[in-house]
Amino acid sequence: MKEITCECGHVNPEGTVLCEACGKPVEKNQHIDGNEDKKLLNMRYDGSARRSQTYNRTIIDKIWNFFSSVKVGVSLIFIVVIASAIGTIFPQEEFISSNVDPSTHYRDQYGMAGQIYYQLGFHDLFSSWWFMLLLAMLGISIVIASIDRFFPLYKTLKKQKPKRHELFMKKQRIFGETQADNIDIDRFKANLKKRRFKLYEQDGHILAEKNRFARWGPYVNHIGLIIFLLGALLRFVPAFYVDEFIWVREGETTLISGTEGEFYIENKAFTLETYDKDNPEDARFKEAIESQDGAIPKTFRTDAVIYERTNQGVTGADPELEPIKEGSATMNNPLKFDDYALYQASYQLNEFSEMSFKIHDSDDEESNHGEFTIDLANPQSTYELDGGFRVEVVNYFPDYEMQDGQPASVSKYPRNPAFVFNLYPPGEETPETSFLGIGANIDAGQDNQYKLGLTSFDVRDVTGLTVKKDHTLGIISLGGAIFMIGVIQGMYWNHRRIWLQPRPDGAWIAGHTNKNWYALRMEIEKSIEGTQIEAPQDQYEMKS
Amino acid sequence: MGDLSTISGNLLYAAFFIYLIATLFFAATIRDKKKSKSKMAGNIGISLAIIGFLTQVGYFITRWIASGHAPISNLFEYTTFFGMMLVFAFIILYFIYRVDLLGLFALPIALLLIAFASMFPTEISPLVPSLQSHWLYIHVTTASLGQGILSVSFVAGLIFLISQVDQTRRTKHTTWLEFVIYVIAATLAFIIISSTFNALDYEATFEAPVEGQQTEVTYEMPALAGPNEGVMISEGVMSPIFHAPEWMRGEDAAKKFNTFLWSILGGLILYWGVRLIIRKRIAAAVQPLLNKKVNPELVDEISYRAVAIGFPVFTLGALIFAMIWAQQAWDRFWGWDPKEVWALITFFFYAAYLHLRLSRGWQGMKSAWLAVGGFGIIMFNLIAVNLIISGLHSYA
Repeated sequence: MKEITCECGHVNPEGTVLCEACGKPVEKNQHIDGNEDKKLLNMRYDGSARRSQTYNRTIIDKIWNFFSSVKVGVSLIFIVVIASAIGTIFPQEEFISSNVDPSTHYRDQYGMAGQIYYQLGFHDLFSSWWFMLLLAMLGISIVIASIDRFFPLYKTLKKQKPKRHELFMKKQRIFGETQADNIDIDRFKANLKKRRFKLYEQDGHILAEKNRFARWGPYVNHIGLIIFLLGALLRFVPAFYVDEFIWVREGETTLISGTEGEFYIENKAFTLETYDKDNPEDARFKEAIESQDGAIPKTFRTDAVIYERTNQGVTGADPELEPIKEGSATMNNPLKFDDYALYQASYQLNEFSEMSFKIHDSDDEESNHGEFTIDLANPQSTYELDGGFRVEVVNYFPDYEMQDGQPASVSKYPRNPAFVFNLYPPGEETPETSFLGIGANIDAGQDNQYKLGLTSFDVRDVTGLTVKKDHTLGIISLGGAIFMIGVIQGMYWNHRRIWLQPRPDGAWIAGHTNKNWYALRMEIEKSIEGTQIEAPQDQYEMKS
Repeated sequence: MGDLSTISGNLLYAAFFIYLIATLFFAATIRDKKKSKSKMAGNIGISLAIIGFLTQVGYFITRWIASGHAPISNLFEYTTFFGMMLVFAFIILYFIYRVDLLGLFALPIALLLIAFASMFPTEISPLVPSLQSHWLYIHVTTASLGQGILSVSFVAGLIFLISQVDQTRRTKHTTWLEFVIYVIAATLAFIIISSTFNALDYEATFEAPVEGQQTEVTYEMPALAGPNEGVMISEGVMSPIFHAPEWMRGEDAAKKFNTFLWSILGGLILYWGVRLIIRKRIAAAVQPLLNKKVNPELVDEISYRAVAIGFPVFTLGALIFAMIWAQQAWDRFWGWDPKEVWALITFFFYAAYLHLRLSRGWQGMKSAWLAVGGFGIIMFNLIAVNLIISGLHSYA
């Protein structure tokens, strides 16, 4: 380390642009902040010695310098901005219907542009490796740029002395010379104190300073951002984060996935309420309800009981359940228990639970050769009827739809069940085949002697719940809070310094702030009231 | 209750006209050369702006009582509220810097926003389950306040550009500035055209395939572009000049495209009409009026200050509160929904603005252009994301 000793006697680290104590420009380092031939000094980091501006030899130096550059940081921000904007042109993969194939969906929906969008991987942009890489680079840039600047700036502001070098004074943006022999220094100091400046004195030189802590705002908010990003990263650790989805039928008790067999839920009832223009409470929305085609939902609610398994770990044994909580989940009000929360995320109305059939003669619907009931959650392969008939379930389509002339099931949930039955009359070996669904009764083309008829059915609602465990929320919230504190600290307060230097024929005054120069000038004007000090000039010329 | 919503509507009208009159007084501050007199016009202007703001607060409260929830739940309500927050932000910055010109530009922008908002359905609508949360008030009002303050940055930036861009020759600066003015003209044209055809009860109905089903689509303004493969049912109305391209297949896509075309054309007529009369660039014509009044350094600082004040508010409202609510309602605090993404883009953009300004010394012209760009992003998120890119947030 080659240290630089200033004429004021202070020893500065290598790379210092302005002496930490007196502010005298270090001649050989003026190129660093572009001060050569300039009327004013670049005061951005008070001319402190930043690593990124000092060393550029090794590969580590080069990496450090790359990430500490604000130009690089801002470029990364703009790349993220453009990428994000592209990500909103067409819906992301997670927002399109789950039963379509993305590889054809984008082409079908959006034509050529959609095809290109898909091929470039923009349909899954926000979880693509390169988007993650961009965010990671942004994170690294935040850390390095902050370290690069914070420590030198902190040291410089700590070591600054009220007695400044003449050149420093003259090259401040706000500078004024007063020639007078009756300057009222005490009044000046009193004015400054009244304006909550802290005063430091050295041989008659005055430094008035306020709100230095505002300078730390950017670093505090960057720490917040980093904590936030780390919290988001922890979500990839299962111990910190569980995200599962379960369907629970009314009346059913089922294991809550993601809880390692520990918790069960019973769905007591799912309720969907809609706004009703005839309900006096909703009458004020009459116009809006009428102008809307469908019903407007008012509430989605699941009333449920949560059970804890008490014999956990006993393999093979039936779970013994003990209720631990009864409550409801609505949108905006998840049902919480233990470390978990259940969110009302989806629903399915009127799913079939049971269907009852009877066998009758093809030409006489009134006749009855026996009845049977299929539990759709647990259909059996054959049903033996009292009258000696046997019914075999050849094929079961829970959510039946004709696709390309063939019956198929579009989901595994019994929303529109249909069956292919083989019916064996008593003593017969060759079955009669028939196809049966809601509103469909096809006897497979043969001259069937018997027919199956739907006599009754039961429906129930199904609720879709998201199961969440999220231990990262605390970390993420902490990051957000620190970020906000830092932003407010940096934006709502301004670091201001005013220097007064006694001269044989009067005094010099100079001022510096990190932002809001107009307000600083107002403050100086008020501080010099009645002191005979002349208002300083703003030496800055805006180049528009 | 019906009465209360009528009162509410009238208060909004009143606020609109008070803002209009306040604008005229702020305009008078330019004409007056004597200092004392100009101060009086400015004082009346700001007083009226405050009265107008309070009147609009009255609209907000009465509508809240009438509907039982804060009126920020659809595009009309949100945009009027945004206009109100813009006025509020202007009032704050006025009292920091006392620049009359700010009012002359901020209030017309607020007027445009409120008028624009009124082009969308204004009836009181119920809240769907996901919106039933106190976070609706907290998140939306804070986000909107943040956007309002950031918009003042645009207003100051615009004043800076109009007064400072060299108008002696044609440059990129003059062209882009004219473009900004043209966009404002197109917004005005949209308002004029919509309200005209609305007053005439204009309707043209088509039958067109929407997602494979024949659906009736009703246009509220003459169809320049009819729906793709649409057949006109209405009689005695203008038939479309051409049909919307095939990829515009959403139910209202062609209709929105048609409205957009009308706005573009109306804007062109308004803009070129004025330009042909005054025979120079609009900004060039306005510049001499401002030059005496504008202190470029001060206007630049206002523009920056608005970002400095608005950025934390916006972050808190549009990102942090939004995340807390999203965590409650949708079980994840972040989901890359288009509206979320555009809020993040706004955040990043202003973060870049602050870095460029504080660390790289971007001031004046560059800074002013960034402020214009930021406002462009805010408006894109308000209008385009709601009307074109649909997502969980699109409530209009």
